[in-house]
Amino acid sequence: MSALKADVIIVGGGIMGASSAFFLRQRGLSVILLERGLIGQQASGVNFGNTRRMGRPIEQLPLSNRSREIWLKFKELFGTDVELLLNGHLRAGFTPAHEERMVKYAEEAKSFGIGMQMLGTKTLHERFPYLAPEITTGCYAPHDGHANPRLAAPAIGRAAVRAGAQVFENTEMTSLEKDGGDFVATTADGRIFRAPVALVTAGAWGNRISTHFGEPVPMIAKSPQMCVTEPVPYAIGPTIGAIAETFEQVVYFRQVARGNIVIGGGGHEPADIDKRRAYVNPARTLYKLKSAPRVMPAFDHLHIIRVWGGIEGYMDDSRPAMGPSARVPGLFYAFGFSGEGFQLGPGVGEVMAELIATGATSTPIECYHIGRFATPVANAA
Amino acid sequence: MGQPRVIIIGAGPAGVRCAETLVAAGLRPIVVDENRRDGGQIYRRQPDNFTRPYDKLYGTEAERAQALHASFDALRGKVDYMPETLAWNIFGGKLHVVRDQRSRSLPYDALVICSGATDRLMPVKGWHYAGTYSLGAAQIALKAQACSIGRRVVFMGTGPLLYLVASQYVKAGADVAAVLDTSPLMRRLAALPKLLARPAVLRNGLALVSYLKRAGVQVLTGITPVEITGSAEDGVRGVVIRDNRGHERSFECDAVGMGYHLRPETQLADLARCTFRFDHETRQWLPEVGEDGRTSVPGVYLAGDGMKVLGADAAEIGGRLAALAVLKDFKFMVSDDELQGLRAEQAKMDRFRRGLAQAFPWPAQQAAALPDDAVVCRCEVVTAGDLRRTVREMGAQEANRAKALCRVGMGRCQGRYCGHAGAEIIAHAAGVPLEQVGRLRGQAPVKPLSMAVREEVE
Amino acid sequence: MNHRFVRLAETNRARVRIVIDGQPVEALAGDTLMVAMLNNVRSLRESEFGDGRRAGFCLMGACQDCWVWTAHGTRLRACTTVVAEGMNIVTTQPEATWANLA
Repeated sequence: MSALKADVIIVGGGIMGASSAFFLRQRGLSVILLERGLIGQQASGVNFGNTRRMGRPIEQLPLSNRSREIWLKFKELFGTDVELLLNGHLRAGFTPAHEERMVKYAEEAKSFGIGMQMLGTKTLHERFPYLAPEITTGCYAPHDGHANPRLAAPAIGRAAVRAGAQVFENTEMTSLEKDGGDFVATTADGRIFRAPVALVTAGAWGNRISTHFGEPVPMIAKSPQMCVTEPVPYAIGPTIGAIAETFEQVVYFRQVARGNIVIGGGGHEPADIDKRRAYVNPARTLYKLKSAPRVMPAFDHLHIIRVWGGIEGYMDDSRPAMGPSARVPGLFYAFGFSGEGFQLGPGVGEVMAELIATGATSTPIECYHIGRFATPVANAA
Repeated sequence: MGQPRVIIIGAGPAGVRCAETLVAAGLRPIVVDENRRDGGQIYRRQPDNFTRPYDKLYGTEAERAQALHASFDALRGKVDYMPETLAWNIFGGKLHVVRDQRSRSLPYDALVICSGATDRLMPVKGWHYAGTYSLGAAQIALKAQACSIGRRVVFMGTGPLLYLVASQYVKAGADVAAVLDTSPLMRRLAALPKLLARPAVLRNGLALVSYLKRAGVQVLTGITPVEITGSAEDGVRGVVIRDNRGHERSFECDAVGMGYHLRPETQLADLARCTFRFDHETRQWLPEVGEDGRTSVPGVYLAGDGMKVLGADAAEIGGRLAALAVLKDFKFMVSDDELQGLRAEQAKMDRFRRGLAQAFPWPAQQAAALPDDAVVCRCEVVTAGDLRRTVREMGAQEANRAKALCRVGMGRCQGRYCGHAGAEIIAHAAGVPLEQVGRLRGQAPVKPLSMAVREEVE
Repeated sequence: MNHRFVRLAETNRARVRIVIDGQPVEALAGDTLMVAMLNNVRSLRESEFGDGRRAGFCLMGACQDCWVWTAHGTRLRACTTVVAEGMNIVTTQPEATWANLA
């Protein structure tokens, strides 16, 4: 069977892959995107939907800022409204120690244009009267916000197709090999694809491919534990996250324009990447029921109507594998965003396209190089 | 081995007979039920301070209702009865229940899910107006609350329940404007051989129709629903249909009772990770069930309408069979004669049920005929046009994908009332077989869970 | 016409007084909240998404269409809640202030 050829093969159609496909097309490169299921079905579609910059590791902020510029033009660029609401992000704390942490971060991140404001108790409760009295301190990033993760990656994927990317859904890649100057991908339905460049954006499954090329990464698959309330009148502008001492106490929430309040936290469950199953543990739902009213007492009056989980890839050091391969020319990675990838998605796509097309990117991503996991033995091989 | 811990979910006919059979074998099952009182739906008990006698409430089924209630009353000291308790999740071999905002997790060796059914609905333009109810709702209003759903009621849909509820309303003194059956009369004749499997039931059914006609109620068959008319502020004003000759007819009313048979409540079976298979005959996904209610998951059993809609009498048999399956699987002595007898009874019921499905088919073709502005998902107010756009412009060809992109089935009821029609619309718009559209994935909680719920400290 | 449901029998029961949208009304002991309300008003709530008034649908706790707000900001499923003396129901959406009532 003759192979379908392009400049770049992208493996994995989440927000990273879809976005990379779109931006590679903007640069005139031909793209084949292989997705086993449907675009945006895995981590990209089940995450909390936060598009915050505040709180990210400092070294991630340039990438996050770059991505934000694209989010601001989402409808214009990708043609779909994905319910982006930029009513801020509020980090809430209960103790002076929490205040200290937030002040420290605000100081470290002050040159990145996030516009963070520390709020004292009185101001906090005046501006956000629904907060529990136990919340004494907060840091507010007025320009952050949230969007609908179920819509975003599929919208970018459709835009990539309109821009000329060849996207193959329901197409499972069974092997990826380097053959001379080309990468050759074979799929379960017997098709063959060739390109001189391969980009692995396979999320929780990225490690399988990188391991195959001699670059294993310490990543595990976990399921976020999400739930959502019935729709109630719109009252909560910012996404809100409360500082917690334990994973069980972690709670964050956002209200969508239609009124439902999405609530995450309470820890994670293991996810099965072989069976592609992820479950929500009722105990973790109950943790959220307990911790959410500690932040907003009115939660006690509401009801959860649905829970969901999914499969996300978490690296040991909570940083992605992003950039060129350390071992194989023409191979690139952008996976393992450890539960923080949604906001970065559009920016990652733009950066990877820039990197692949020009050989370099203006956004610092060296600390995400997959080579950081290489052992001396592997290097010598 | 010690006594297996058995939990029965549901205190309707299936759950009650299951409990009875287990108690007779010396077990003490837990019986969890969401309602205040036992009886399920068809044998729903009226409040304590109501006075209507059994024959008024249950008509031809008065004796069965009385027998069932008496049986459960006799069981009260021999089972751990948990009324007003919602089974909201199953995880890690435990059933998660909530009562009075206290959640508990109950371990089990065997779980018998007798979760019953709801009405099966095919949307019609205007069915979101206040005053539109399911047939079951109309019946509950009368049976459990002695009310009619409106001053002047139209009943529309198909199936025996249509005629039963309508005649109950007439008998109780309500004003019934019309009974509108989408199934052509001819289909009943064609189904006669199967319907004769239960001659008494067939006779009762025919008697209902003639009762309605004698009472002066218009009964039309082979109709096509066109619209429920009304206003956003005041609700239903009337019903417009096309009769079996294609002529448009309207009926003034302020309430509509609507339904097309029943659909099993399968959310708990889904959460228990039972496999499902597509039933071509009734065009829906049902939990895969082996002999006597065994599912694909060891230790999980189904009985009654929550397994497959076979009616209340079959539910009682199914409950007994599931109990015997549990006993057998846990190495208790079980009478093979009893098993064979019950299975034969159930087979007869199944033949009758297939006759009903043939006589009163699910009007699948109405889904494709829905105008674009007809609401499909009542919870999220998603129209047929929204759903078709999601198929054609966003490429959604599968139920969960369509839900993710346009919210159909994403509301409070989790697709109970829009799921089937939604799938039919997707299949038609995508040009794929209905089976390929799949089914909405079950997600906990089975019903809305109060955020004031806290885990009970044992 | 200021009610939707029609009582056909069982009217000889104790009275129960509740408040709907600030108006005191009467129901009968043993009524569900839905029946109590719909014997006094024509609908239970406003649909969140602009299609108008709702009055319940299934009466068996399955459709979740009959959730109503109380004046204190709590939520009740009207068809599975028994009416009780003093219940105080509002049939319109509270404004954003629902979040401040705790």
